[in-house]
Amino acid sequence: MRYEVDEKGYYGNFGGAYIPEMLYPNVEELRTHYLEIIQQPEFQKEFHELLQNYVGRPTPLYRAERLSEKYNAHIYLKREDLCHTGAHKINNTIGQILLAKRLGKQKIIAETGAGQHGVATATVCALMGMECMVYMGKLDMERQRPNVERMRILGTQVVPAVSGNMTLKDATNEAMRHWINHPTDTHYIIGSVVGPHPYPHMVTLFQSVISEEIKKQLLKEIGQPNPDYVVACVGGGSNAAGAFYHYLNEAHVNLVGVEAAGLGVDSGESAATTALGKPGVLHGSKTLLMQTTDGQVIEPYSISAGLDYPGIGPLHAHLFETGRVQFVSATDDEAMNAGIELARTEGIIPAIESAHAIAALSKLELTQEDVVVVNLSGRGDKDLETYIRWGKY
Amino acid sequence: MKNRITELLSKTKKPVLSVFYTAGFPNLDDTEKIAIALETAGADMIEIGIPFSDPVADGPTIQMSNKKALDNGMTVALLLKQVAGLRSKVKMPIVLMGYLNPVMQYGFEKFFKDAANAGVDGLILPDLPLDEFEKFEPLTTSLNLSVSFLISPTTSETRIRKIDAISSGFVYAVSASSTTGAKGEFTTEQLAYFNRLKSYNLKNPFLIGFGISNYTTYSQACAYGAGAIVGSSFIQQISESKNLEADIHQFVVSLTTSK
Ligand SMILES: Cc1ncc(COP(=O)(O)O)c(C=O)c1O
Repeated sequence: MRYEVDEKGYYGNFGGAYIPEMLYPNVEELRTHYLEIIQQPEFQKEFHELLQNYVGRPTPLYRAERLSEKYNAHIYLKREDLCHTGAHKINNTIGQILLAKRLGKQKIIAETGAGQHGVATATVCALMGMECMVYMGKLDMERQRPNVERMRILGTQVVPAVSGNMTLKDATNEAMRHWINHPTDTHYIIGSVVGPHPYPHMVTLFQSVISEEIKKQLLKEIGQPNPDYVVACVGGGSNAAGAFYHYLNEAHVNLVGVEAAGLGVDSGESAATTALGKPGVLHGSKTLLMQTTDGQVIEPYSISAGLDYPGIGPLHAHLFETGRVQFVSATDDEAMNAGIELARTEGIIPAIESAHAIAALSKLELTQEDVVVVNLSGRGDKDLETYIRWGKY
Repeated sequence: MKNRITELLSKTKKPVLSVFYTAGFPNLDDTEKIAIALETAGADMIEIGIPFSDPVADGPTIQMSNKKALDNGMTVALLLKQVAGLRSKVKMPIVLMGYLNPVMQYGFEKFFKDAANAGVDGLILPDLPLDEFEKFEPLTTSLNLSVSFLISPTTSETRIRKIDAISSGFVYAVSASSTTGAKGEFTTEQLAYFNRLKSYNLKNPFLIGFGISNYTTYSQACAYGAGAIVGSSFIQQISESKNLEADIHQFVVSLTTSK
C-alpha cells in the first residue's frame, strides 16, 4: 500500500485540487515550487535552526510513569505542548513562512478556530516582519478572547468571519475568498493537512519532524525506534499526520487517530468525521466530509474548538479507507475527564484537543509489554476557561 | 437538435445578456417566475445557481442568496424538477451553475442525464478540475450539454487555450481576480485583458462576468466579449422585491440602455 501523495495530488481516492480558476495561479505557483524549495539545503538549515532555537525542538519524549502504571503499559508522551506558543502548529507556520519569503510574498493570511494556528502564524509573521491577517469566526473570537489578544499583541489584524455559523469552516471560507482577491502578493498559511494539493502534503512534511524525533528518542530509550502504538487526536489531522508519518510503512506499529465525538457520535452534536462523513469536496480537496444527503456541509460540534472541523485531511481519509489507521472517538466528557486525569497523574494540563488522545488509552486493549506514544499536541493554557466552566475537578 | 447556447451565440448579431440567479431565492418556488420575467424583459440566457453551504468564490450578496435558498429548502432534485416545469415556458438557454459537492452527492452521471432530460443546455462547475472532467466529456457531449469553464485575468495563454479546447458553448471570462460582487467601473488593466482575450480568436465565444453592475460595465463587456453575465447586482435588485416582474423588467432596461 502506498501512503505518499501521487503526482496529481491524490492519496488513493482522496485529495486533488478542486478550486475555482481564480485560485489556480496561486495554488499552481505553490505546487510547482514547494518541493524544490523545501529540499534546498539552505532552507532545511534555516528551518531546523528555527525549530531548535526558536520553537525549542526536539520536544521531549517523556515516559509517563504514573499513567503507565494506571494503564498497565509503557506510555510515552511526545511533548508538543512544550513548543513555543503551546502547540505543534508552529512547526508548520515556520516552514510555510520560510517558503512564502522565498516565493517573494509580502503578506500572510491564515484561518484559525481555537486561535492556536492564528497565534502560531502571528508569531512567525512578527519574527519575519511580515504583514499578517487572520480570519476567525466571530463566535470563536468571543469564545477564545485571550488568543485574539495574543494575536493582536503580536501585531496581527484579526478579522471576524461573519458568514455561516461564524466558526472555523467559515473562517477558512473567508481566508480563501481573501486569497482569490489578492492573488499575487499574499501567501495563505493553512493550519492543517487540509486544502487543495499541495497543502496536505506540504503541511505533513513540516509536521513530520514529530515522528522523526520519536524514532530517534525511542531508539535511545528502549533500544528500538518503533512503538506498538502511536495515538494522536485528529481535527484536520496535522499533529496526527506528523506523528504517524515515519511509521506509515512500519506495518507493526498500530496507528490510532482520535476524533471528537462531542456529545456522542449519534447525538447530532459531533465532529467524528470518519464515523459520520462521506466522500465530498470542501476547501479544495476531495475527502471525508460531514454533510447532508444533498451535499450541504454540516456544522460539527466539539467542546474543543480545534477539533470541530467537518472534514479531515485527504491523507487521513485514505488511511481510514485502507485501514492503516484505526479511528476511534472520545466524547466531551471522556476528553475532559482525561484532561483532569493527566493533570492529576503527571502534572500536565493538556489542550482539550490533546486530552481526546489521552481519552483513547482506555479504549485500546493494551498489554503489559506494549509501548504507546501519545502525541500531546498542545498545552491547556488556552483552555483554562473551558476547564473552569467544566468545573468537575 | 442543436444546443440552444450554440444556436444563440452563433445566430445573434447583438451581444448576449445572461443573468445569474440563485435557485430558491428569494422564495423557494421563484425559479420559474424569475426565468419568465427575465425572458420577457429581454434577457437572452439564464444561469441558475445551485445553492451550497460554502460558496468560497462568492462575495456577500451571493453568499446571502445561497444561505436563504438553503433555508428555504432548495435541493438539486427540486431544482431539476423546477427546470423541467419551466422548460416549455421559455425559449432561451438554461445553464446550471454550482459548486461540485451537491452535484457529486447527487451523482455525476445521474446529474448530467437528469439535467439534460429536464431541458438544461449548459453547465458551469467552477471547482471541477479540467482533468476530472475529461472522463465525463463523452457523456455530456452525447447528452448535448455544453460545459463552460472559467478563465481569470491571471490565467496564462497556454491554459486559456486548454480551457477553450475542453469547453463548449462558451468560455466564462471572469473580469477580475476576485470573488463575485459589484465593483464599480472596469480598470484599464481589465480592458486590456478583455482585448487580449479577443485577440486569441478562441474556438468558443467568451462571455464576461463578475463585477457587471450598470450600463457602463455592461456595454464595455459587450464591446469585447460575446456578451455579459450579471449576477450579484441582479440578486440585490430582487432580494427585497415586492413585485418581481416589474423590478426585473426595470433592472434589465436600466442595465442595457444608456441614460
Ligand atoms: C493543541 C491542538 N491539537 C490539535 C489540534 C487539531 O488540529 P490538527 O488535527 O490539525 O492537529 C489543534 C487545532 O487547533 C490544537 O490547537
